[in-house]
Amino acid sequence: MTEKDNFEPKIIGFLCNWCTSAAADLAGTSRIQYPANLHPIRVMCSGTVDPVYLIKALLSGADAVLVGGCHPGDCHYVSGNYKARRRIAMLKEIFKALGLEEDRIWARWISASEGQEFARMVREITEETRKQGPGPMANNWAL
Amino acid sequence: MANSVLLPVENGQIRKTINEFLRDLLSKKIVEAVLAPIAHPAGNDIVQSLVSDAKYLEQADVFAPVLPVVSARIVSAITRLAPASKKTAVVMRPCEMRAVIELVKLQQAQLDNLVLIGVDCPGAYSLDDYKQFAVEKSSDDFVKAWRQDKEDTKLRAGCQICKYPVPLTADLVIGIIGADQKDDLLLQADTEKGEQVLEGMGLTIETDGEIAKQRESAVEQMLSRMAGKREKFFEQTGEEVGGLENLSAIFASCIKCHNCKTVCPVCYCRECFFDSPTFDLEADRYLGLAEKKGAIRMPTDTLLFHLTRMTHMGTSCVGCGACEEACPSNIPLLKIFQLVGDRVQELFGYVPGRSLEDELPPVAFKEDELEWIGEK
Repeated sequence: MTEKDNFEPKIIGFLCNWCTSAAADLAGTSRIQYPANLHPIRVMCSGTVDPVYLIKALLSGADAVLVGGCHPGDCHYVSGNYKARRRIAMLKEIFKALGLEEDRIWARWISASEGQEFARMVREITEETRKQGPGPMANNWAL
Repeated sequence: MANSVLLPVENGQIRKTINEFLRDLLSKKIVEAVLAPIAHPAGNDIVQSLVSDAKYLEQADVFAPVLPVVSARIVSAITRLAPASKKTAVVMRPCEMRAVIELVKLQQAQLDNLVLIGVDCPGAYSLDDYKQFAVEKSSDDFVKAWRQDKEDTKLRAGCQICKYPVPLTADLVIGIIGADQKDDLLLQADTEKGEQVLEGMGLTIETDGEIAKQRESAVEQMLSRMAGKREKFFEQTGEEVGGLENLSAIFASCIKCHNCKTVCPVCYCRECFFDSPTFDLEADRYLGLAEKKGAIRMPTDTLLFHLTRMTHMGTSCVGCGACEEACPSNIPLLKIFQLVGDRVQELFGYVPGRSLEDELPPVAFKEDELEWIGEK
């Protein structure tokens, strides 16, 4: 077996309390199977996620990062996810401009009732990241 | 149509003409103080100074090609706690003025009672290059050479690709573009405040708009020439710095002194996240980090610092180049910040410092935008 076959992606997800985190709970209580590669961090709102957390995660060993929030228009705090959307777009644009792998930065809007969708998403991101291989920043000591 | 008037310059003495104009602003009590670059009495250095006695303006040198401290920081220092109660003229370069506008939006400066006087900017040299230049040459020589379209490759990198070498939000512009090919200067009032200044000085505003038209087309030409230069620059820079390997090599010499952050006119937080105890770790945690990757670069989080600064300040970056100038390791920060800043500013159709009305992108949003983010 090669090293790539052994590769288990590590994904750090910042999930909002009201929607995506609740969807994760629902997926769990509904006993839906999904890969254990996502390490969730519950935050009160996707709008509280400063890009510094995403960059730090990528530099500290994450192969992909995810911000999960409420559907646009459904934010518990009215507009947090719209602001999150701008920040993620900005971060992706910066990564693109610098020739870094912006496709390791994910965003998904999943409501509290979408347990199935949450499980599907974790499978999707895990598989995509597996294809991409280990994050180039994740194991670089010199950055 | 802007209101303009030609200010005749005798014997090519541009500096003297401007200084007399500034002096009259004070002595005729049109303003009660002037913030302007003044030649330091001890040598060839230029220092921003707040002047209330007109005689000190004899040593002003607004076109001296050097940018020691971005005036926006000084305007912020003066007005952050309370606005000026006396009318104060502030003479600035276009990038400095754009930074002031950003700081007002960030609630770090107040414009009440300030008269913003912007100069057309022929660019500046690095501090070291200016010291050499100043030994033999004057700002008058510099402006004259610039007016003859002489390509000056010694200018700071940022000045060579400046997007807006003309003031965007000035009350009054001191123009060297389009004031015909003689040495004359142009005064252009862009606001009511500016008009009042010209009236107070007894300068008659031309009515047929001929000068203003001439300037407009000259400015347009200039901007399109700069845009062409920028395009080439971005292409080149993208290749030079692009990719993790290149970035890693470029930032390898970073000593994490935070100079770039300290001098940046728009990096405004009173307490920076990167100076916070977040990054003070116990020995065992450092050892843990080292164990995880086999080694860990110290001080830690160098690339994190720069990438984060880009996400925080990218949309407000005015391209003044102070970061690059302050870097003891000669990291091409301006190049990188301009490349990144241009892209994120374009993403939101935002021009930093263009207007007080444009909302700062990170605090605003539209419901129907960026729909590709979060799409399945």
